Amino acid sequence: MKRIGVYVCHCGGNISEVVDVKKVAETAKEQGEVVLVRDHEHMCSETGQNLVIEDIKEHKLDKVVIAACSPQFQGPTFKATLEKAGLSPYVLEMANIREHCAWPHFHDPDQATEKAKGLTNIAIAKARLDEPLTKKKFPIGKRVLVVGGGIAGIQTSLDLGDAGFDVFLVEKNPSIGGKMLQLSRTFPTEDCAACILSPKMADVVSNENIHLYSYTEVKDISGYLGNYEVTLEKKATYVDPDKCTSCGLCANVCPIKVPNEVDEGLSERKAIYLASPIAVPHSYLIDDNVCIKCGRCVKVCDPKAIDLESSGEQIKLTVDTIVVATGYDIFDAHRKAVYGYGRFENVITSLELERMIVHSAEGNPLRPMGKRIAFIQCVGSRDEQVGNEYCSRICCMYATKLSQLVKRSDPSRDVYVFYTDLRAYGKGFEEYYKRGQNEGVKFVRGRPAELIEDPETKKITLRVEDTLTRSLIESEFDLVVLSVGLEPNKGTEKVADMLRLAKSPDGFLQEAHPKFRPVDTLTDGVFLAGTVQGPKDIPDTVAQASAAAARAIRLMNKGEYDVDPVMAFVHTDKCDGCGLCVEHCPFNAISIVDRKTDDGSSSKVAEINEAMCKGCGSCTAYCPLDALDLHCYTNDQLLAEIEAALTDKKEGDYRVIVFADDMTAYRLADNVGTAKKGYSLDSRIIRIPSGSRITPKLMLKAISLGADGILFGESEQKSNPFSHSVATIQENVSKVQKILEEYGIEKDRVRLVQFVTVMLTGFVNNINTLSDFVRNLGPVPEDVKEKLGKTIDEKLFG
Amino acid sequence: MARKIVITSENVAFLKKISELSDQVITRCDQCGTCSGSCPMVEEMDITPAQIMRMVQLGQKEVMDTKAMWICASCFACTVRCPRGLDVSKVAEALRQVKLRQAIDYIDVNGIPDEEMERLPQIAIVSSFRKFTG
Repeated sequence: MKRIGVYVCHCGGNISEVVDVKKVAETAKEQGEVVLVRDHEHMCSETGQNLVIEDIKEHKLDKVVIAACSPQFQGPTFKATLEKAGLSPYVLEMANIREHCAWPHFHDPDQATEKAKGLTNIAIAKARLDEPLTKKKFPIGKRVLVVGGGIAGIQTSLDLGDAGFDVFLVEKNPSIGGKMLQLSRTFPTEDCAACILSPKMADVVSNENIHLYSYTEVKDISGYLGNYEVTLEKKATYVDPDKCTSCGLCANVCPIKVPNEVDEGLSERKAIYLASPIAVPHSYLIDDNVCIKCGRCVKVCDPKAIDLESSGEQIKLTVDTIVVATGYDIFDAHRKAVYGYGRFENVITSLELERMIVHSAEGNPLRPMGKRIAFIQCVGSRDEQVGNEYCSRICCMYATKLSQLVKRSDPSRDVYVFYTDLRAYGKGFEEYYKRGQNEGVKFVRGRPAELIEDPETKKITLRVEDTLTRSLIESEFDLVVLSVGLEPNKGTEKVADMLRLAKSPDGFLQEAHPKFRPVDTLTDGVFLAGTVQGPKDIPDTVAQASAAAARAIRLMNKGEYDVDPVMAFVHTDKCDGCGLCVEHCPFNAISIVDRKTDDGSSSKVAEINEAMCKGCGSCTAYCPLDALDLHCYTNDQLLAEIEAALTDKKEGDYRVIVFADDMTAYRLADNVGTAKKGYSLDSRIIRIPSGSRITPKLMLKAISLGADGILFGESEQKSNPFSHSVATIQENVSKVQKILEEYGIEKDRVRLVQFVTVMLTGFVNNINTLSDFVRNLGPVPEDVKEKLGKTIDEKLFG
Repeated sequence: MARKIVITSENVAFLKKISELSDQVITRCDQCGTCSGSCPMVEEMDITPAQIMRMVQLGQKEVMDTKAMWICASCFACTVRCPRGLDVSKVAEALRQVKLRQAIDYIDVNGIPDEEMERLPQIAIVSSFRKFTG
């Protein structure tokens, strides 16, 4: 026997001026297992809360129903009240008689009172079956994997390391530093990139909390927040970094020459080489792909650092959180064929020019620069012909920088920048653009259509419309620099797959929320830093990297994290281990395990990993045996709510059940109420985590019990926290519609509408339309309902 | 070309009409000029292809009196290179259609003597109705 206490709030007139709260209280008293009913002026006030606390103690209440405002509003307050009184916060139910009743239906007090009674009864029916759950706490350690050792990965690692967390920094190249290592200077301040980067790289090595794995790739990641199992594969460098003194004798004698990646192939390196003059770790290594194992280097190496027999190794780690900072690739300019990159020797990329400028400071520009230089903007960006619609954000400013650097080093040079739009949005950017104009760089508004190479002189003729004077420019240049955009790094793909990270339409990885969770992902404990999430410059990258570190610290700092117990669970007596749910869980939280039965034999059963379950409940809709269930929204509870929503339906009444998802539709209904917008009194809104929680069986039950229509209000696909929800509901709804048709029931009585929280009129219209629709159709005939009800258990889901 | 443009609802209607005829979202053109630079005939035109797009965006009916659209050879170089995925050739064709439907003939076929008519290549007669180059 439960002991339920019911409190009806006046809300200082907000409710009581429309709804007759005394009548609501009287009706509540008649409900089974209700031992105490009170009404109060202000339930959320201190006196109201103390009343609940005293009653719980004195009357030994074990469930509490508060008929007041939206649970979105004062839910957390009353949960805390229950905790103070020593009850589980999960035995609280709120009947939303303000936003969902008194406010929208203020023009019809009698009907509003009837609806308030109904809503209170629904809450009582659910409370009766509430379980005294506790918050789930999971232990979490302080180990972080950082994938990618560019400036983003370096910054994240340093922040985490300084804060006392164990960092495992993995970089696939021989040296950390990423693309910034290749740059000449940085806009708009023109700091020398290597000079500001190398101290940070050195800090990585000297920080005792950072474990650096260079020349290493992530081979496998599995697990979940607090328990990610990672396999790394470290390639053989054949040189012991502890012994190598970087004297360079080995490279002198090495007979193999290959293009040097750091110089974008403009210079050569040996098979044994130092990745960069400022490489970290600072050690030579052998390129396995080209080395012929002649052994000459071994002979000249004094400290005996080289071992041609050494091999790579596999490293296994367990970490708690992961920061993905795998960066970008530059756009492959070969793909923009009209610009002739690779065919015309005087067409180069901006990154090649960066290297030329770095080397010309030492007197060797790697290749001639010439006097007439043209920059072409938006190469591989903002161009549907190459499939990239987005702006790469950094090209305008780096071209502004490069054009000034080449002009300043030789003022007799004639430098042009051909652009479509010049975007100087950042701090100091516009001023820097103006400085370029001051120094005589010419900015021409027009996107060059094609380049033509003179077969003799190899000079490049560029054809472009100056769109400001509307005339065609056809001019010859010594050098054409392609301002190549940023593309998602190919290596990211693998990591994204392993961690189930979503991509945005541009191919970069998608953040959990574009405004409020810009560095989180929808995989718990996985964060994004830097250009892996989208093109950005160095300051933005560093800011985001620090943000990712802070978000990771937020999770790990307390040593445990807690989550609401809204999680799937298995009725092991019903489960036959078929595995349908495993396939349909978008979070890989379900597995099939062996269990021993009493007679000693073993059988299969589904098991939920609570650390991975997000509580959407869609598994329940796929279980043919009702063996899967969801805490806080159990099958029995939902059925009880549906029954309670229909029991007060009188002759001639119509009833539309609205399953409103917590994220959007329920809040939207609150907003509609707050705006005092009325809608059909036929509706009863039931709050659920996601429409995918409602099984086809529950829908059919609702119809057989007398619901005239069912409306699913769900967050629109793209902002839904459960990306699969909409598709799952659609599947379930069409399943149900098919069955309804077999019984001669109109299929459009069951509908799904996708909402955003501002669609107030849309919400009202959709409810009214469905209500009018079912009123026009008339009720489902009694015999059909009966037939349907009888067969649901036996035939359809037997 | 007039130095002052007054934008009225007529301009908007003209843009709408050309957009519908060409089935192109002409407002999406960001005036980068790739079409002009790609056009093999641009040097013969009085306005550039990108300028045609601009004038249509602003609903300037004067574009109908320019020659560029008649010089357009429909080679589609603009179309295959447009970074915004617009079919510029279709816009030129839409403009030509509008003009042609005004049924202004520069030659009077009935006025051509029979013997000359026999000597004239048929294709030349047909194209004299289609091309308003001169």
